[in-house]
Amino acid sequence: MKAGVLAEFPSAEGVLEALAVLRRNGYRRLESYTPYPVEGADDRLGLGRSRLPRFIFAGGVLGAILGYGIQWYANVWDYPQSIGGRPVHAVAAFIPATFEATVLGAALVAFFGLFVALRLPELWHPVFEIDGFERASVDRFWVGVDARDRRFDDRKVTGLLEGLHPLRVVPIAEDA
Amino acid sequence: MATAVGSGPAQFTDRLLAPAWTPSRVWWVLFGVSGAGTLVLAGAVAYTVATGIGVWGNNIPVAWAYAIINFVWWIGIGHAGTFISAFLLLFHQRWRSSINRVAEAMTLFALVNAGLFPLLHLGRPWFFYWLIPYPTRMGVWPQFKSALPWDAAAVATYFTVSLLFWYLGLVPDLAAARDRAPGRTRRRIYGVFALGWRGAGRQWHQYRVAYLVLAGLAAPLVISVHSIVSLDFAISQLPGWHSTIFPPYFVAGAIYSGFAMVLLLLIPLRRAFRLEDLITERHLDNMAKLLLAMAWMLIYSYVVETFMAWYSGNAYERYTYLVERPLGPYAWIFWGMLTANVVVPQLFWWRRLRVSPPVLFAASLLILAGMWTERFIIIVTSLNRDFLPSSWHFYAPTWVDWSILFGSVAFFFLLFFLFLRFVPMVAISELKQQRHEASAAAAAVAAP
Repeated sequence: MKAGVLAEFPSAEGVLEALAVLRRNGYRRLESYTPYPVEGADDRLGLGRSRLPRFIFAGGVLGAILGYGIQWYANVWDYPQSIGGRPVHAVAAFIPATFEATVLGAALVAFFGLFVALRLPELWHPVFEIDGFERASVDRFWVGVDARDRRFDDRKVTGLLEGLHPLRVVPIAEDA
Repeated sequence: MATAVGSGPAQFTDRLLAPAWTPSRVWWVLFGVSGAGTLVLAGAVAYTVATGIGVWGNNIPVAWAYAIINFVWWIGIGHAGTFISAFLLLFHQRWRSSINRVAEAMTLFALVNAGLFPLLHLGRPWFFYWLIPYPTRMGVWPQFKSALPWDAAAVATYFTVSLLFWYLGLVPDLAAARDRAPGRTRRRIYGVFALGWRGAGRQWHQYRVAYLVLAGLAAPLVISVHSIVSLDFAISQLPGWHSTIFPPYFVAGAIYSGFAMVLLLLIPLRRAFRLEDLITERHLDNMAKLLLAMAWMLIYSYVVETFMAWYSGNAYERYTYLVERPLGPYAWIFWGMLTANVVVPQLFWWRRLRVSPPVLFAASLLILAGMWTERFIIIVTSLNRDFLPSSWHFYAPTWVDWSILFGSVAFFFLLFFLFLRFVPMVAISELKQQRHEASAAAAAVAAP
């Protein structure tokens, strides 16, 4: 979220409760900022199953095909050599490197795919402009309602969040 | 998991980040010593590359000696890091969170050292890229029926995946370091490495999936990498190498030596940074039990390969295993190896010894030395007396061999000390999560 209203809480429980209340009041574009993953937050944020594993699987398959293909092209097609009368297309001998290529393909997609999915690196973000937000990586827990939410209304959201006894409520704007 | 009473998450974070802000005098001394050792390595490597590997003790038939011993030894040590970070994560062994960062760093630094040796052993290391399958004007390709390209693929994949996994685990802690660092410059540097991590729910959601999948991908590498390394030996016909037990035998030995290295690093670390509440007796106990278990897998392999040599009825196999190793010119190394690898770990049948840091530290040193000599025995005793007595040749290392070996140990420690100085050395975010869940569970029990 680039604009909206944020509330700071001293505990993970505060975040879970705030998310539940906001959801009950019909807000859907919610976000939390926590120093560690909070169990139960995913559902309340309305996050479904990650699609990352499918891409990782595809990366593994692609790695396997490329790995085997390179070996086949190199040793069977382009530069066949008879070594001790063994078959030129020696399937078993191609397996170790194929396995490694499979793992490598999947791992590269897992790592870089994650950062594509998260749109990171993004070194500056409006939330970083909030004084004290740096404790979100240490011991503070934040909940935010995105200004793009259909029911977003500055005053109502602020009022609702104030009612949950946060440490404070802070608005953020994209041009902050 | 034991937690220090009365320390909030902020103090907890600061305490674990503190070593990265101000180096102690001890750190400078260690840095200086390991840096000097690294210069010895650089000198010996430069001398080798400039002159040729004739400056080593290698001869024909002992064409593989220190370079391959050191390679197998270092890469084996690396395996424990991945075992701790991947296998124990998948099996929900939560005690791993206190030690996985250090163990993963150890893996990376061991692999950096391991990679050095096959390259130097090529003789002309500047042609290392011939191992990479790329279309050349020469029209030649690597030969994938050889174990050497398998090795290159396995080690390159292992290093890449270990690095990605380690970095992914670091991101939330780098964000904490960015937010706690004293001074603008450090905040900026850590900020760049943290990639703008905000700890958003959406980020954690995907992050946890990616981390778990990467762990799942790293886990088979623990098994496969050293299996492939062992195939370098097993697919040859040499007595002492030509054995189907080699892959599991090598994997067990790898994890064994790796745990010894983890203990060797953790025991002083725990004392120096007062981490006794994080790296508890339970950690030492578990690690010692794992050492004992791995030792027995290794003992099983020793027994089986010796038995198979006798049972095969093959004169050369019998000679290598039953005469050359126990009675030949390297017999003292063989018996030393058995003492370190077989007798020493039997101490860990007693709990009192399993939780005693001095005993564990000494045993780890012996086991690391024992595992190095095991590779010496496998390589040198098999090669120096093969089928034809007229081609037998004694092997002795030169000062260059020793300089490279000890230089690589120094280089490993140099990298490790730099890691302690600049990188959050414990998985802070994971531990905070566990503390929170433990206290929530305690509260739930206390409530009626």
